[in-house]
Amino acid sequence: MTLAIQLEDLHKTFGHTVRALDGVSFGVETGTIFGLLGPNGAGKTTVVRILTTVLAADGGTARVLGHDVRTEADVVRTLIGLAGQFAAVDENLTGAENLWMVGRLNHMSKPELKGRVSSLLDRFGLSDAADRPTKTYSGGMRRRLDVAASLVAHPKVLFLDEPTTGLDPASRADVWAMIETLASEGTTVLLTTQYLEEADRLAEQLVVIDHGKVIAEGTPASLKASMGATVLDLGFADDGTALRAGEVLKTVTDKPPVVLGSAVEVNVNDGPRIVTKALRILEAEGIAPTTLALREPSLDDVFLVLTGHRAEMEPATPPSDTANTNGRRARSKRGPS
Amino acid sequence: MTTKTLTVPQPSVSSPSGGRLYWAVADALTMTKRNLIAYTRVPEAIFFSSVQPIMFVLLFRYVFGGAIPTPGYHYVQFLMPGIFVQTVAFGSIGTSIGLAEDLHKGLIERFRALPMSRWAVLAGRTTADLCRNLFVMILMTAVGYAVGYRIGTNLGEYLGGVLLLLLFAYALSWGFAYIGLSAPNSETAQLMSFPLLFPLTFASSAFVPLQSMPGWLQGFAKHQPVTLVVNAARDLMSGVPNPHLVFPPFTGIASTGRTSSTVFWAAVWALGILAVLAPVSVRRYRRRTI
Repeated sequence: MTLAIQLEDLHKTFGHTVRALDGVSFGVETGTIFGLLGPNGAGKTTVVRILTTVLAADGGTARVLGHDVRTEADVVRTLIGLAGQFAAVDENLTGAENLWMVGRLNHMSKPELKGRVSSLLDRFGLSDAADRPTKTYSGGMRRRLDVAASLVAHPKVLFLDEPTTGLDPASRADVWAMIETLASEGTTVLLTTQYLEEADRLAEQLVVIDHGKVIAEGTPASLKASMGATVLDLGFADDGTALRAGEVLKTVTDKPPVVLGSAVEVNVNDGPRIVTKALRILEAEGIAPTTLALREPSLDDVFLVLTGHRAEMEPATPPSDTANTNGRRARSKRGPS
Repeated sequence: MTTKTLTVPQPSVSSPSGGRLYWAVADALTMTKRNLIAYTRVPEAIFFSSVQPIMFVLLFRYVFGGAIPTPGYHYVQFLMPGIFVQTVAFGSIGTSIGLAEDLHKGLIERFRALPMSRWAVLAGRTTADLCRNLFVMILMTAVGYAVGYRIGTNLGEYLGGVLLLLLFAYALSWGFAYIGLSAPNSETAQLMSFPLLFPLTFASSAFVPLQSMPGWLQGFAKHQPVTLVVNAARDLMSGVPNPHLVFPPFTGIASTGRTSSTVFWAAVWALGILAVLAPVSVRRYRRRTI
């Protein structure tokens, strides 16, 4: 199988200290949907920027359909589409004018563009709003227009940087359906996301990056299998009780429970049965949990398992600063459920 | 909507296989068009940006003007070319604000990933700002007439003056493009641009004869580009040659046979600024750093 995207040992440092990418390598097969997962500041956007020729890497090589993004940037730009993290539409132009502008800048002919613009507006449900300035658009409409703009020139490789962040569930489902259609038509799609659910639904293959390094790769199924099917969340009155609970619960599963302040998390395969067992053990020790929940694993849990720390809130947190001890939970990182 | 609003001029040859130069020009025109459409969508912006120059006209014409001696001719003839230069020079700050906004909103990132010509984003922005300055010049000419200003030469020379100061402002735009691409946001871009222009326009011959300034300031004011452009504009528009040499008073201005060296040096300054700053800014745009 030929590779549409190939990264080898990519390095990028901002300033002199912030190591955004620290030797990232992976390959994306042609015609597939590839997921790039990671928390804020993991380096996802930096990877996309380098691959789309917006940013130059400090070291390593990156190729898109065999063309080096550094030395053959002009060729690469004719092959790709980019929908960046923020809906990059000109808010003073109408939806149609935005698509027209991007088409012209992609050097498409006017007759060709005319049909293309109206079919894209139609496809993204923007025909009625086509002649309205985009500053009147809702967030979801802007995002759809942004994705439409990235498709104007029939890209062979499409880069979508967090395409559904900030979208309502209906718009998110629309974008997902659109991505699947594109892939079925042969477009290679690289999408970044913070949502495990999104990667699970769309990506055939994925890598997880954190602090500029690939920390896991495989299929969504293999990744989830590495974590256990469900997560048992237990809350306790204080940190000391939680620590004790963490100790005694080591016997219920082969993966050690993770203690986060006054909470304990256990990744388990057999949820309901383990709950009973865990409660029995706790009762025997005279410990009563204040809260208890059994839930699907989230991206947070992936990071917890893979890295031993929570997905960080701040972009450029040094790797040594693991959040294990302070018990702060980055709940906002959690995927939609 | 679309075919009507975009007039890249070549329906017959719009094949994607057109040459590099063809697309470089087409890209720049597409970008110009895009920025001009934005101006028409926000007409208030242009309206309110002309309020300040009009207030300057009123301030200097009716408040300060009486105290500024320009023997031999009326102060308004002295003032208006200075106002024109000040207005278009400050108008060129719009380039830095516009580009900073595009950068901040992620549009530049999209443009950088497109196969478009690398200079088109800047060319489109500076050209649109040139068009806006032209519009403002027409408006300010009307304002000048309303406060008693009259063309002191002839229409041809007046238009030559307009051309010269638009060229000067266009050259400045390319410099402000650099600031726009380097500033973290549009507010900062404006704050960074303003102090560059302020001393140049006020420590110049735009509002007062240089002789009224202390000697050390005259040395700077006499040789800096805004003074040269103002003097040349005054020469071409009001028929007042070389104002820093006009004391003692001169009488009568021969509109023919005047020395054109002020105009020449002003044009050299404008073209020199353009020749240096345009490549620097394009290089800044090409640099693949954030």
